[in-house]
Parts: sequence; C-alpha cells; structure tokens
Amino acid sequence: MGLLSDPYRRRALARLLLRLNTPLCALSFAAGLGWFLGLAFQPCTLRAYMSENAMGSTMVEERFAAAPRALAYARQFAGHKKAARGMPVAWLEKTMWNLGLEVYKQTFSRTLPFPDELRERYMVKGTNVYGILRAPRAASTESLVLSVPCSEGQHNNQAVGLMLALASYFRGQIYWAKDIIFLVNEHDLIGMEAWLEAYHDVNVTDVLSSGMLGRAGAIQAAISLELSSDVITSFDVAVEGLNGQLPNLDLVNLFYAFCQKSGLLCTIQGKLQRSDWDSLPAYLHSLQTMLLMVLKQGSGRPQGDHGLFLRYHIEAITVHGINSFRQHKYDMGTVGKTLEGMFRKLNNLLERLHQSYFFYLLPSLSRFVSIGVYMPAFGFLILILVLKALDLWMKLSRCDVDPAEQPCDGDPVGPVASEEPKPSLLTLVPPLLICHATGLALYSLPILGLRMATRHFPVSESEAVVLTAIAIYVAGLALPHNTHRVLTGAGSDRGWMMLKLLSLLYLAMQLGCIALVNFSLGFLLAVTLVPVAAVVQPTGPKPLQAVLLVLVTPAATLLFCIFLYQELVECPITVLEGWQQFLQAIAEGLLDHHLYGSIVFPLVALFVYPCWLLLWNVLFWK
Amino acid sequence: MAAPLVLVLLVAVTVRAVLYRSSLAGLISERVEVASPLNAWKRVVEGLALLDLGVSPYSGDVFHETPLVIYLFHFLIDYAELVFMITDMLTAVALYLAIQDYNKVLFKKQKLLIELDKYAPDVAELIRTPMEMHYIPLKVALFYLLNPYTVMSCIAKSTCAINNTVIAFFILATIKGSAFLSAVFLALATYQSLYPLTLFAPALLYLLQRQFIPVKMKSKDFWFYTVQYAGLYLASLVVIVCLSFFLLNSWDFIPSVYGFILSVPDLTPNVGLFWYFFAEMFEHFSLFFVCVFQINVFFYTIPLAVKLKEHPIFFMFVQLAIISIFKSYPTVGDIALYMAFLPLWSHLYRFLRNIFILSCVLIVCSLLFPVLWHLWIYAGSANSNFYYAITLTFNVGQILLISDYFYAFLQREYYLTHGLYLTRKDGTEAMLVLK
Repeated sequence: MGLLSDPYRRRALARLLLRLNTPLCALSFAAGLGWFLGLAFQPCTLRAYMSENAMGSTMVEERFAAAPRALAYARQFAGHKKAARGMPVAWLEKTMWNLGLEVYKQTFSRTLPFPDELRERYMVKGTNVYGILRAPRAASTESLVLSVPCSEGQHNNQAVGLMLALASYFRGQIYWAKDIIFLVNEHDLIGMEAWLEAYHDVNVTDVLSSGMLGRAGAIQAAISLELSSDVITSFDVAVEGLNGQLPNLDLVNLFYAFCQKSGLLCTIQGKLQRSDWDSLPAYLHSLQTMLLMVLKQGSGRPQGDHGLFLRYHIEAITVHGINSFRQHKYDMGTVGKTLEGMFRKLNNLLERLHQSYFFYLLPSLSRFVSIGVYMPAFGFLILILVLKALDLWMKLSRCDVDPAEQPCDGDPVGPVASEEPKPSLLTLVPPLLICHATGLALYSLPILGLRMATRHFPVSESEAVVLTAIAIYVAGLALPHNTHRVLTGAGSDRGWMMLKLLSLLYLAMQLGCIALVNFSLGFLLAVTLVPVAAVVQPTGPKPLQAVLLVLVTPAATLLFCIFLYQELVECPITVLEGWQQFLQAIAEGLLDHHLYGSIVFPLVALFVYPCWLLLWNVLFWK
Repeated sequence: MAAPLVLVLLVAVTVRAVLYRSSLAGLISERVEVASPLNAWKRVVEGLALLDLGVSPYSGDVFHETPLVIYLFHFLIDYAELVFMITDMLTAVALYLAIQDYNKVLFKKQKLLIELDKYAPDVAELIRTPMEMHYIPLKVALFYLLNPYTVMSCIAKSTCAINNTVIAFFILATIKGSAFLSAVFLALATYQSLYPLTLFAPALLYLLQRQFIPVKMKSKDFWFYTVQYAGLYLASLVVIVCLSFFLLNSWDFIPSVYGFILSVPDLTPNVGLFWYFFAEMFEHFSLFFVCVFQINVFFYTIPLAVKLKEHPIFFMFVQLAIISIFKSYPTVGDIALYMAFLPLWSHLYRFLRNIFILSCVLIVCSLLFPVLWHLWIYAGSANSNFYYAITLTFNVGQILLISDYFYAFLQREYYLTHGLYLTRKDGTEAMLVLK
C-alpha cells in the first residue's frame, strides 16, 4: 500500500514505467513466450495422478471374454447396414432387445444453414437407437453412457459389435449401481446433439427431434468409442470438446491407467510418449504434442462425439482404436477388458468427477500442466497491453498539465492548460460504431445474403458463404477511417492516443475473458495480436506496420495455424491446399456455430475483429 | 436547462423500452449480480400470488420485500414495467433537482469564504466556477439513467430501483431543507432496506448547517434540533411499521424482512462479501461473524461524522458507497446510486491517484462476473473460488475508489486553507503524504 499512497515512490515508479516501457514490454513478451515453451519441458509439469478416491482404491478384475461374439455382431451389423443403406434401426432394436436391454429410438431432423460440402449433407434426417441396462442395485438415479457413432461405409462396424458384446456381458453381472446406456447415434455430432438435447429436454440449437420415451438417471460420465478394425495396435484418446472445454483429468487418467494395466499402447494427439525426457528431441516431441492440443482446443471444435457431452456437465472422452503397422496387435478381448474395467470403476463413483483438474494442457499422457502453471504465460502477454495503456495514459494526462511543470505522474499538481483545444471523447464514437457495425455484418451477412449471392454469382452455397465472409472481412480494411476529421479539427496526437488506449484496454479485456473460457484460443490470439497492437502508431514506417498488422489479423492467424497443424501432424501441404483448407475451416467454423453453438466464430466476428479494426484505425489516423 | 434533461429522460426510456422487448430481459433478470434474494422480481410475484390466495406472503421462505411494496404492486402489477421506468425517472429528476440546489449552496458558501479571506491566496485554480458547475446536475442524471448497472437493474425489475427512488427523494428533501419530509423519506428508506439508517447522521449534519446551528455538545439549539429530527424520524418509522401491520394484520414481516437482512440466511452468490464467507464457515461461529460483518456496515458512520462534519453531502456519498459495498445482499443497482454522485466530485479529479486503474478494475470485474459464473455453474469446470475472487477484487476496487475520493477531498480542503504550493521549512517544495 505504501507504493500507492507515497507520492515520491509513485513518481519514481511512474518515471520508471515511462522510461523503460519498451524494454519492459519486450521482456514481458519474451517471458510470456518462454514460459509457454517451457511448459512442455518435463520438470516443469506435474505427474498425472488419480484424485478421486472411489477410483483409486478398488481393483477390479476384468473377465470379458466375448471377443468372437463382438466380431460376429460386427459382421452382422455390417451386413444389415449395407442392406439398409444407412443405420439398420430395426436390426439394432431387435438385437438390443434380445440382449435384455430397454430399447428406445429417437428420430431427428435438421436443416443446415448451408450445405456441408465436406460431408455432403444438407437436410439431415436420422435415428438414434439406445438401450438402457437398468442397474439391479439402484433406483435409476445415475447412469453412464457408452456411445458409438454409426458412420457411413465400413467405418466403425467393429465398435458397434464390441458395444453389443459388452452389453450382453454387462447384462449378466450383478454389481451395477448405475444404469448404462448403450447408444448408437447417426450422423455423428448432429445425432449426438439431438440425443443430448432430447435427453435433457432442452432445445439449444434448432434440431427437430421426437421426444424421448426412456431415460436413465443423470449421466455421470460417457465414453465414445470409435473402432474400425478387428485388431488394434494402439488407442488414441481425444479430450478437446466444444469451445475448448475439457473433461475432468481423472477420466483421462483412468483410461491411461487401464491401458497400462492391460499393456495397451495409448497415444494422445497421435503421439506416443517417449521414455526419455532430457534430450532435445524428447522436448520437441512433447512440445509438438502440447502445441497440437493447443491448436485443437483453440479451434473450439469437438474432437469427437464426447465433445458435446461436456456442455451438459458430463465428463466424456472419445477413444479411437488405431491399427497401424506395428508388430504387436491386440484383439477385441483386450479392448473389451479395458472398457469393462473403466465402466466398473466409473460404476464405483460416489459423486460426479470433480476432484481433479478441469483446466490443463497435456504434453504427454502421464504429465499435465495445470491452470496455475500455464496462466502466467498469458499474464505476461496481457501485461504488455497494460504497460502500454499506462504509458499512454500518463502521456495523455501529461498533456493536460503545463509542460513547464514537472512531468505528470498521475498526481498532477500543475495547473490545467484549459486554453488548449482538446478533442473530446466523441471522436472515439464513430470509429467504434463503424468497426462494430462491420463486425456485425461479418457475423450476420454471410448467412442472410446466401440466397442473393447464389442467385447472382455462379458459386455453390457453401462457397458463397465463405466468399461473402472473406469479402466483408477485407472490405473492413477499406472503410472510411477518418471520421474524426469531420467532427473536430483536431489532428493532434491526442486523438490517436485515446483511440489506441481504448483499443488496447478493449483487447486486454477480450483476451482475458477468452483465455478464461478457452485458454488456447486466448493464447493464440494474444501471442499474435499483442506485440503488434503494442507497437502500432500513425508515425513511423507505415507500410511495414500495415503489413505486420495484416499478418496478425485473426484470419491470417487461422491460416498460419492450419499450416502449423499440418506441419505438426507431419503431412505438410502446399500453399494451394492450405488455402483450400482455410476456406473449409471458415465454412466449418460457421457451421459449428449454427449447429452446435460453438462461440469461436461470433467471438472473432463481433469482438476480436472490430478491435483489430480499431488498431487499423490507429495506424491510418491523420 | 430542462430541455437536455428531458432529452436524457427520453433516451433512457427508449433504451429501457427496447430492452424490455428484447430477449435479453429474461437473461438479465436471472443474473445474481442484478437480483438478490431481497429484491428479485420473481420473489415479488411469488409474494403477490400468495397474497392473492389469502395466505401471508411471508409464510414461505421466498418473499422478503416489505408489505408496502407488495401492496403497491398488488395494484400496479399489470404496469410493472412502467412503474420501474417511472421510478428510475423520478430518481434521476430528484437527484437533478437536489444537486442543482446543492451547487447553489456550495457556490454561496465558497463566495462567503472568499469574502471572509478564509482561503489561501494562491488557490485560484481550485476555486470552482459557475461554468463548470453548470452541467453537473445533468451529468448526475445522465450517470444514473444511462449507467448499465441501473439499466440492468430496471430491466430485471429489481425492487432496488424503488429503494433508490426513496433515497433520492430523501436527499432532495434534505438539501431543500425540509426536516419533516427528510425524516419521512429517511424512515421509508430505513423501512425498505434497514441500512439507510446510517444516513441519519449526514442528513442531521446538513440540516443543522442549513439552520446555522453549530454542532456543539453544550449548545441547547443543537440538542433541541437533534431531538426534534430524531422524533420526527422515529414517529414516521412507527407510523409506517404500524401501517404495514394493519395491512397484513401480522408481524410476520419483521423477522422475514429485517431478520433476513441481518442474519443473512440466504447464501446465494452475489456481488457482496457475505455469501462465500458464511458458506465456508462452521455453523457455530457464524453468529459472531454475522455480528462483526453487520457492525462493520454501521461502524464507519462515527469516524466519518467526526471527520466530515463540515461536508455532510460528501459524507452522505461515502456512506451510500459503504452501504452498497458492505450490505448483506448488495446488487449492482445499489452501486449505481452512489456512482451517480461521481460527477458531483469532478473537481476532485486532479487529486485522484488511481482512477484509471480502478475504473479498469471495476469494468473488467463486471465483465468477468458472467464469464466466471458460466464456467462455474454451466460448464462446471471452474468453482466458487473463481467467482468469489472476482467479487473480492470488485469490492476492493470499490473500496479503493471511495478511499481515493475521500483522500482527494481531504487533500483539496487542506490545499484550500494552506495554499496550493506548500513549502517546507527549508524552502523546498513539499508534498502531502497520507500515512
């Protein structure tokens, strides 16, 4: 408190801030980036451990031995799927019924705002089939879900087979205390969303679906299984959900523990953990893994069917079975035993999974970085904005004071030079309004103007949406950015300094809020936007600054992220392919928003982009 | 002068009318920052339903408003939106008139002191001019009406708006010098939310000042006037409470309203400091700490009354802020009331030290409330500690803001009497240091 109330120290501190502003900003940026890169270094991470008592203390013995049965079911399912040219609803109902489950089906339909060209769907109609295994020892108040997406082609048949085999095995056991729901959902995420909405009797998106006739209790945890071959070499686990939400770390730990128990290889982001840690390749390996997680989380897309469960406060992961060229293969028995073990442990839960972390980054499956460790990296980046804002504020308030007086330090004692014309705060209103109007146009026009665009231009609907979005985005740069000249004759430095102060604070607030909800997105935006936002000003080399500013616009960040991602998954792409993927990513971002309520697109369009336009305004302030 | 005020009122009405029709209304009225257990509209509706059924509205544990409010809405339930808009307008107009009058008083006093040579010779730049004081009443009205906190409070139909109106009328009556009306409105405000009880001291000080009665323990006039004002206040309080009794024919409302305020049984999260503290505490300690927390609200009145004896309106402002920070169920509507007074102290701006940082803190915290609430309640990934951390920061920000204003006020007064350019004994420039 002494620092705040003692005017001498305040003055010294203020001088220090003014004089050392640029070095401090550079130092802060280096610290932020360094901290982030350091997160992947093993000694900086924590060892993953099981926090939940109910999962740690009890050992279970897995006895699942119906591997041939699983394969038989898979073949039958494949046959019926081929015959029905889609999901064999009747066969599934009959089979589940014969296994002794309570079987229900739910039909849904959804018209997409524009056709999804990647998956070739526009008007989606489908059916989810689910069977409930009632717990013999409890009153249907809690439940677990094993979900399997029914995909097109030969994909995922084995997963359905294994699920049915597990259901028949589980049916014979007496220890279940929670209902188990076996769900086969059609049209992957759309079906999943429809099912979840109907189960919880809400309507968040505009899915039309038949009501739900049968329910089990509140869902405690869910596992989504994807398996396309009779034998597997390893499992890959996906954790990132809608809007970057993550499941409780205990669920991931549980899965990893069972994989280790049965000797299965287990990867995350497709990367197998290395045994050493103190060499450079090992560090780079875990950095790659972590960067992949950051990119996937930052995209805000669900990385599997589990991603939609998280919104409903249900912990969930997706497990992909992978069949690669490794020597050692595992059959259905081992996979089934792993899942059996997980369900038995989850069955022991006394309360929802809540003990362990919800905010984490995973450089490998056995190590994690918690929120308290990674937040400082972001904090250092935000500090730059705060330092710059303080600097501007002090310069602005010094202008109020007569220059003959001592430099102002937030404790102005000198007389106010009231004769000097001051541009009022009103000059800031037109740029703010224009930028936000552009943002609003970017958010709403691509969908609203869809019909018009396809009528007048020879493009498909999906292309029309993406191209409209890009057109509006680019047009934003050319908007009349000198409205302040009309209002007052003030071409002084005060005008742009006020605008920059405002946009820096605005950016800091936005990034802070984003990073709390989705750290990766916030960090990616901060690490690109912040340094350029700090240096941009109308004086100095304008073309260079303009190029820098364009390079860090959110759209450019997206493009770079696509290339980085392709590099990290070790399949580099050409520039043209990159551009194709960029267009696709925009279309998917829009679709994700309309179909599942992902907030990344509206966030960028309505807030980050206008804020970036404000900085653009600062650059071209005359 | 009235035209800009009418314009501001029109803009405010339009904003509110638009928001009432939008989908935001439902969202806002659910926010815990806007609607507390005391003043949530949902609870008023519940109380009305019980009243219509012929049951005492206090028989459940939901309704905690006073009987007068429920009878007011018993007749006006169909025009609820209109009522809340009108109360906001009335508050703004009352504040406008009050500040206009207060500015005249202040200016006269300043003129008198200059004529009496009470000020140091070099303080010309600290003297306030009619030019800069001219727009202050309008700014006060603007700050109240277009403050997002007030707008949200009005959209959520939080009955906090009614308390604010009563307090604004009390301030108007006090500044106009009507002891009787002042006492009546103070009694009403106390009856509504109990804490305005502490506004008794500044009001009394102001009225005494207006009557040119010195505050001396030995003066007969002083005691006569104090007893008279206190008598008026208590008499109106008794009348109002008895009226409430006759309306409902039971004393149920006393424990249900005042007991509820004082013993803090409802620990729904809000922007205040009580909920987390008492949710964490062992039950058998809670009585002691409830007493400590409640005494805390009332305690500051005594030192402030001593220090700000000569400046009762500033005292009232600080007291309002303290109430809205430390009361048991604060909402942003309470904060809006004391924030409306900030333009009145715009001449202190040059002495404020942390205004930039503090306003940033308050804005950031207001934005983070919904974000962390979402993470805690909907996403389930954060927990109550996250939300409470922001509540704590928000309140610390408010406390620092008020102490900044308080210090600036004292500093200005000191400069006015001792001259702006202080010198040390050895002739170098000196600076005021608060220790």
